[in-house]
Amino acid sequence: MTSTSPLAAQPDPSAVGRLGTIRRTGLSIGVATGLYGISFGALATASGLDVWQAMVLSAVMFTGGSQFAFIGVVGGGGSAIGAALAAVLLGIRNTLYGLVLAPSLPRTGVRGIARAHLTIDESAALAASGTTTEEKRAGFWAAGVWVYVFWNLFSLLGALAGQYVADPSAWGLDAAAAAAFIALLWPRLRSRDAVAIAVAAAVVALVTTPMLPAGLPVLAAAAVAVVAGLLPSSGRRAGGPPTRIISKEVPR
Amino acid sequence: MSILWIAVIAASVLSFAQKWVGYQAPQDVLERPRIARITTVLPIALLGALVATQTATSGAEIVLDARLASLGAAVVLLCLRAPFLVVVIGAAVVAAGLRALGWA
Repeated sequence: MTSTSPLAAQPDPSAVGRLGTIRRTGLSIGVATGLYGISFGALATASGLDVWQAMVLSAVMFTGGSQFAFIGVVGGGGSAIGAALAAVLLGIRNTLYGLVLAPSLPRTGVRGIARAHLTIDESAALAASGTTTEEKRAGFWAAGVWVYVFWNLFSLLGALAGQYVADPSAWGLDAAAAAAFIALLWPRLRSRDAVAIAVAAAVVALVTTPMLPAGLPVLAAAAVAVVAGLLPSSGRRAGGPPTRIISKEVPR
Repeated sequence: MSILWIAVIAASVLSFAQKWVGYQAPQDVLERPRIARITTVLPIALLGALVATQTATSGAEIVLDARLASLGAAVVLLCLRAPFLVVVIGAAVVAAGLRALGWA
């Protein structure tokens, strides 16, 4: 007989229902994001990668933005080194996700490796929508695992059948990606601060897009979060170094 | 082994390392109020930026096309409390429809 915690032995029915909803959302995200894998596979082979190279990117790199950046540079006639650099630049945000997720996820053994590997936009976003540690975990694993399964499945399909897929954007798959991100962002826009941060980040990303190499605009936008985090809206400033950001409403 | 293969493998391994290293930050650092505030709002900023770049950029250019109308449709569906999959499929259908009609 295994010992279980009282909480696990007598689960709260409404909490179980919420976990079920989160897991189903994870499956939805997996299917929606996975379908976009068709366009990755198709574009990868059109860019000059073979099917195996496309699948190593989907299975091992497994972070859509970086994968598209990689094949974008190769397809545009850039060097392989340039492609790798673009992918790595775009992947820096996954490090930030790890910082956010670390307290909620197990850190050792196979699951410790798996949590790192499955750390992507979608899993981090669904985890962030959870209110308890259990919900965060359920969201992370559901989105991470399902996206992994469908992303690889559809990448393979796209890579093999790429030449028959005229144009993935004709199916609206590029628009589906934007919709998925706004759907994940939506529940977090409960406060005026959150809306302001999201809008400011969007503006920074758009303004810097023509100036910076692929991947950097999203990171430049992450600076908005750093500034917002440093802004002393909570009034807790004791012990901190002098800040250059001066806000009128702050008692010093 | 071709240079392309080396780049594929190196970039893939580095991508995993980037994910892994984020989890290695010491907990007490993450619990500092200022760091905690940053990590709390970070997903909002990153998602806001991803929405913008996915909707309105193509390479290094700002491009306004059917994706913008799709985003509008997604927002309407979200206001109507539509489930996630409905929002995503609805946006894709709008973009595909506009393109099929040659309007965007």
